[in-house]
Amino acid sequence: MTYLKPLFRHPRLPKNKLGYTLKEYEGGISTLCAGCGHDSISATIVQACFELAIEPHLVAKISGIGCSSKTPAYFLGNSHGFNSVHGRMPSVATGANMANKNMVYFGVSGDGDTASIGMGQFVHAIRRNLNMVYIVMNNGCYGLTKGQDSATADVGSASKSGHINPFQPVDLASLAVDLGATFVAQSFSGDKQQLVPLLKAAIQHQGLAFINVMSPCVTFNNNPGSTKSYDYVREHMHATGKTDFVPQEKSIQASYAEGTDTAVTLHDGSVMSLHKLAPDWDPEDRLSTVNAMQQARAKNEILTGLLYIHTGYGDLHQILNTSDTALNSLDEKSLCPGQKTLDTINAGLR
Amino acid sequence: MTISSSLPRPEARVNDFVARFANVNGTGSASANFLFAKAIFRMGIPVTPKNIFPSNIQGLPTWYEVRVSEKGYLGRREGIDLLVAVNAQSMKQDIASVREGGYLMYDSTKKLAPELIRDGIHYLGVPMMELANENFSNPRQRQLFKNIIYVGALAVLLQIEFSVLETLLKEQFAGKEKLIAPNLKALKLGMDYAREHFDYPLDFYLERRDLIGDKIMVDGNTACGLGAVYGGATVMAWYPITPSTSVAEAFEKYASKYRVDPITGKNQYAVVQAEDELAAMGMVIGANWNGARALTATSGPGVSLMNEFIGLAYFAEVPAVLIDVQRAGPSTGMPTRTQQSDITLAANASHGDSKHPLLFPTTPKECFEMTAECFDLADRLQTPIILMTDLDLGMNDHMSEPFQWEKDRKYDRGKVLNKEELDAMGRYGRYLDQEGDGIPYRTYPGTHPTKGAFTTRGTSRDEYAVYTEDSAAYKRNMDRLLVKWETAKSLVPKPQLYQETNQSDWGMLFFGTSAFSSEEARDLLAAREIPLDALRIKAFPFGQETEAFVRSHQLVFVIEQNRDGQMRSLLIQEMQHDPHRLVSILNYDGMPITADQIALKIADYLKQNNAVPHDLSETLI
Repeated sequence: MTYLKPLFRHPRLPKNKLGYTLKEYEGGISTLCAGCGHDSISATIVQACFELAIEPHLVAKISGIGCSSKTPAYFLGNSHGFNSVHGRMPSVATGANMANKNMVYFGVSGDGDTASIGMGQFVHAIRRNLNMVYIVMNNGCYGLTKGQDSATADVGSASKSGHINPFQPVDLASLAVDLGATFVAQSFSGDKQQLVPLLKAAIQHQGLAFINVMSPCVTFNNNPGSTKSYDYVREHMHATGKTDFVPQEKSIQASYAEGTDTAVTLHDGSVMSLHKLAPDWDPEDRLSTVNAMQQARAKNEILTGLLYIHTGYGDLHQILNTSDTALNSLDEKSLCPGQKTLDTINAGLR
Repeated sequence: MTISSSLPRPEARVNDFVARFANVNGTGSASANFLFAKAIFRMGIPVTPKNIFPSNIQGLPTWYEVRVSEKGYLGRREGIDLLVAVNAQSMKQDIASVREGGYLMYDSTKKLAPELIRDGIHYLGVPMMELANENFSNPRQRQLFKNIIYVGALAVLLQIEFSVLETLLKEQFAGKEKLIAPNLKALKLGMDYAREHFDYPLDFYLERRDLIGDKIMVDGNTACGLGAVYGGATVMAWYPITPSTSVAEAFEKYASKYRVDPITGKNQYAVVQAEDELAAMGMVIGANWNGARALTATSGPGVSLMNEFIGLAYFAEVPAVLIDVQRAGPSTGMPTRTQQSDITLAANASHGDSKHPLLFPTTPKECFEMTAECFDLADRLQTPIILMTDLDLGMNDHMSEPFQWEKDRKYDRGKVLNKEELDAMGRYGRYLDQEGDGIPYRTYPGTHPTKGAFTTRGTSRDEYAVYTEDSAAYKRNMDRLLVKWETAKSLVPKPQLYQETNQSDWGMLFFGTSAFSSEEARDLLAAREIPLDALRIKAFPFGQETEAFVRSHQLVFVIEQNRDGQMRSLLIQEMQHDPHRLVSILNYDGMPITADQIALKIADYLKQNNAVPHDLSETLI
């Protein structure tokens, strides 16, 4: 258990425009190991939702199985959560999303949950551009079953027991770009400054926003020789740039420097401003993203920040042309065609 | 070759025969064969057509079997009276399948090989190809009209009314009027040929009756799809698999017609073709969890894949509707043949202790009604409900009472708390049993800003949905699920009893598509002084009616279409019946069970156990 959460809050805690303090966005007490990267990510989600002033009860948190999938219980306590079955978060999220398009969907998964047992569902959620934030808390190992290598463990990476992983890793972010994901980002659980604006943009993005977060496992994969340890990730992180998220109402005032700065307008009018560090990389150009990622891989770098974004493509609801009223709130009047129609159907079958 | 004069002509039979069409799949024979069956239906005569088809797109043998029964028996019957053989591949086997004294119609454009000549049947040669080639120039038309030509010949031989055929063709080609004239021409070619070359009618033929009333003819899958629209389903997630695919297609067809907002033009439904059956069930659970009515349709292999998710929905208490159109298993089995062999799989799907309500429709009308009812039951019981249909019911056209929907019928959304109710209560507990029926209260996500949210999970939890590994809390929950199971018994459809009071020491118990032939077998046995009481199961868990029926008979024959007597196992599992009193009557060859099989097996059993004095099997057929 990481810590005991005090009930007391400072009376002058800052409030967002809904009048909520951070407290309204917190969840239950974490049962993960002290220092677990996942807890930092949970805190980042709390921060991002607070800053965006999202109604907590209009968020649904859906997860699979594993350490990462436990975290929805530890953030946004006023939101419904669904801790489903191993590797199947995307399908449960798809159904939930179809039922009510007017909520924010957080899909929380891990590297075992997504890159192995759930690879199929990961791939197809991306193909459908489901409107959700898909977070992988990636630590390269199976924590709950005591540290076996996962499919994202790098070849040559050493486990706590000294075992060297002989298999090629699955690069989830590259795969997501390749599959046509409309928002792909990569970050580090220890870099809250980068992760908060990325999450905010991901929430506002209309479509599937995939964020692969390196989240070291302090207990089973934080040893020398591991490429998913805190030290290794810190040393090999290479940010694509500094990302800022400017909400819709402020976007008019925002100004951007010439040259290396670029601005991406999201579906709702919000703007992501990027101060690029790599001059020949354009986050709206898939080819340049793929290039940048391949180059980083060749240099053993972990490219972080927003990697790719495409705002012009409709989400699954737009593709299916569903009604603006959430499907779960339609009543008999809209749903049931009635006996008269049935009489016509019967007549056609005689 | 015309009718062989050496064979005795049996007594003429009216409206009582089996005709089988042997075709090659992909040659357009289906619509011609359907025309034949539908014409008989339009003449007011009970008719049951069945497709017997391969797991293949083009080129393999396919059969269409039409049973005509003045008495209204809708099951399959053994003994083919008339075979239309237009498939060279299966010709030898087709000829052998005709009953002694029956008829074989074949394409006499080419002379029949000598080894295909068999004693004891009549040959009706119609030069179908020759007639088609002489009268039509387009190669595709030549092939298609070959089929219409034999329907024409049959119209004369069996006395199908021409005006009925003409009307059907006009209806079929409404909007494509150009096609009516050549179709009628082909029909007349066949008719003229038959008139000129054969004695007609045959010794069995058709006579107009008024035995259909307002019945409709439709397949069960279409009825299920329509039932889901009427039942308020808004999310359909599915993965293609024979024989269930047409459920999803029917849902989408009707929804796209009746579920589009007339003002915005937007869809009040969503259909997602999933990546596999696991994902389909995950989507159904996600949608139901979030307050929509959602369903999936699959067959046995899909149910196998969905097991983990079904267990989650059972344990986390999320409604879900699953339509299982059963086919012959195990494994890929015979994917285009029928069986009732997923009973135990569906009843106990998932690891751990779990059981699920099952509904067993027999007719398309029941497919429609029970599909809609599944949603009410799923919401009321907060658990997966599985509709157990099969390939025979799902993919074949069946005569059925028309669909009906009660005016102002409201959906039963079960125990769901809204914002005001949450405000008015103390601490909310998702898994608290407040009324003693085992069913706790749900909240949909997004209902209340600060109250009623919880984490749904497949792990053990206490009454307040808080994760726990406390043994007592786990056991309380498992026991409450049993209380809910008891409640389910009073909510699922009651069985159909065929008599008010017991008339016999022996009973027969059946369900689903076994009902047609079971009812007929009961009549066959009654006519030979073997009276049997009967009960048709419509749902699992069984209620007290089924319990009383089994208890009050010395012997109960449980008729089902699987190898292991799966329904019998469930009866023993749930009601601790003496297994010796439950006798399995089974057919599992992939073909729909017949009355003769049932009657013979029951008669045999009774004879072997000295329950009847003499061998009745001789007189049965």
